[in-house]
Amino acid sequence: MNIIVCIKQVPDTTEVKINPQTGTLIREGVPSIMNPDDKGGLEFALQLKDKFNAHVTVITMGLPQADAILREALAMGVDRAILLTDRKLGGADTLATSNAIAGALRTLEYDLVVAGRQAIDGDTAQVGPQIAEHLDIPQVSYLEDIDFDGNKTFTLRKQTDDGYQVLQMDAPCLVTVLASAVKPRYMNMRGIVEAYQREVEVWGADRIDVAEDKIGKAGSPTSVMKAFPKSLKPAGATFEVSAEEAVDIIVEKLKERHII
Amino acid sequence: MDFGLSKTEELFLQMIREFAEKEVKPLAAEVDEDERFPLETVEKMAKIGLMGIPIPAKYGGVGGTNQMYGMAVEELSRVCGTTGVILSAHTSLCCAPILESGTEEQKMKYLPKLASGEWIGAFGLTEPNAGTDAAMQQTTAVLDGGDHYIINGSKIFITNAIYAHVYVIFAMTDKSLGNKGITAFIIEKGTPGFSIGKKEKKMGIRGSATTELIFEDCRVPKENMLGQIGKGFGIAMKTLDGGRIGIAAQALGIAQGAMDETIRYTKERKQFGRSISQFQNTQFQLAELETKVQAARMLVRSASYKKDNGIPYSVDAAMAKLFGAETAMEVTTKAVQLHGGYGYTREYPVERMMRDAKITEIYEGTSEVQKMVIAAKLLK
Repeated sequence: MNIIVCIKQVPDTTEVKINPQTGTLIREGVPSIMNPDDKGGLEFALQLKDKFNAHVTVITMGLPQADAILREALAMGVDRAILLTDRKLGGADTLATSNAIAGALRTLEYDLVVAGRQAIDGDTAQVGPQIAEHLDIPQVSYLEDIDFDGNKTFTLRKQTDDGYQVLQMDAPCLVTVLASAVKPRYMNMRGIVEAYQREVEVWGADRIDVAEDKIGKAGSPTSVMKAFPKSLKPAGATFEVSAEEAVDIIVEKLKERHII
Repeated sequence: MDFGLSKTEELFLQMIREFAEKEVKPLAAEVDEDERFPLETVEKMAKIGLMGIPIPAKYGGVGGTNQMYGMAVEELSRVCGTTGVILSAHTSLCCAPILESGTEEQKMKYLPKLASGEWIGAFGLTEPNAGTDAAMQQTTAVLDGGDHYIINGSKIFITNAIYAHVYVIFAMTDKSLGNKGITAFIIEKGTPGFSIGKKEKKMGIRGSATTELIFEDCRVPKENMLGQIGKGFGIAMKTLDGGRIGIAAQALGIAQGAMDETIRYTKERKQFGRSISQFQNTQFQLAELETKVQAARMLVRSASYKKDNGIPYSVDAAMAKLFGAETAMEVTTKAVQLHGGYGYTREYPVERMMRDAKITEIYEGTSEVQKMVIAAKLLK
């Protein structure tokens, strides 16, 4: 079984502060980490490797420094690591990102594609599902647990708003995983010692199977206009009164603020 | 010497910090309070390879550097001094002498199980009347027939003793020769005539299971002799040279842990309308302590670097331990002071850290012994 895990390097948002003047993230001195949901996905993949001797590949798209999370993945026990990095891929929104990764996946063999539910920097939860659409394979998102029959069928538990669903899906397919579902293993010592002796394959845009107008800025129909911190609102007031009295209070408050 | 960390060491530091924070720190207060050996932590350390860091891969180890091993002891000790010394005694005092002085058969027999953490290691040199004066060994080993030694005597203050499976111990094979009559042996748990004696009630590192080892007509196969007959004293001294890097790293970790706690506390604690971190007295003390912690770290890193590169490091290890231990004692004492009354209670970890720090000035060569080692080199 071949498993490909899509991972992303993100700023550790538990330590990120926002510059109040510009409204942008202060990234200086903020450590970069493997996105937590992706790390959960990687753990599920490694568990399938332990049980079924699966071959696990990790792939990330990003700047050259994203190499660090691929080394971490190698030290956790993956078999192969690919860094997709190219200026042509820069400025990508979620659609262009998913097109690029799907383009890479078309050149690889896979039975299962694993992605994190969402990245803690963008919080869109779009890239994983979009990859499945581009590849025209079935998908289950918000995965909490996974099992495999050893042949071609996965049994999956998916989190829902009010509980969970147990589903079955045949390979090839894609899942997105919740960080809270599983505790990722630690990098092991031998893996750490060998991580920088092993190869991280560096792929450019010419290595992937996708049209050039589908990637990078050209392939991105959306762009970020402005990022800003949510302004805090004061606590509201509660009145337990009849409807008629409520109308009077509301009208009075609106007048107070010169809204009417 | 490169003062920066390699990429591999950075990756390692990321892992060991997360491990210490998530797996070791939550147990530290309980391990101390209940004087409990954290066996479950040792199992977790074994699983990721921490029990065999500087052991070559051919003997089942990781093939990592002494620098990484020192960093592991530092980061574990930063949150729990007990866990730091468990790893240090296992690695520096048991694995290292077998690796350095063992026969190929001994290495193949013991190191894979020690490095994997299936077995825990310990070391027995100290006796009731042979502390710093280690040459005053009274434990004896007498050849019986041609293929066994009979060992009689006792060892005290042995870290890991109750939970260990393999012990490197020292005994007199010829009292008339003094130092040159001391021989090292590898003793396995369960050897007839070998038993564990009373457990010490200690001030600090209370979870490390420190006990007496008792040998009563203990029959040990001759092939368990470590190194040559009469060469035990040299093996002990060489082992302690390496061990001192481990204890220096432990002291450094305890000092760093006390700094972490104190920086956080002084920012939170308010007196006279502001955080106590805003008072210059606090700031100057923290600045001085941080400088010493960094200096201690450089000494530890320098000694480890030399060991990794085959450069004599005995004096460096002595200086790292001397300065590291004194720094740990000073930092933790001042950390308690900066915490005020709360620092004196067991609600805050600096109280435990101060008790844990004291032993680093005593074991594996007291501070006075380190000064003797350093001065001897100067005045040679």
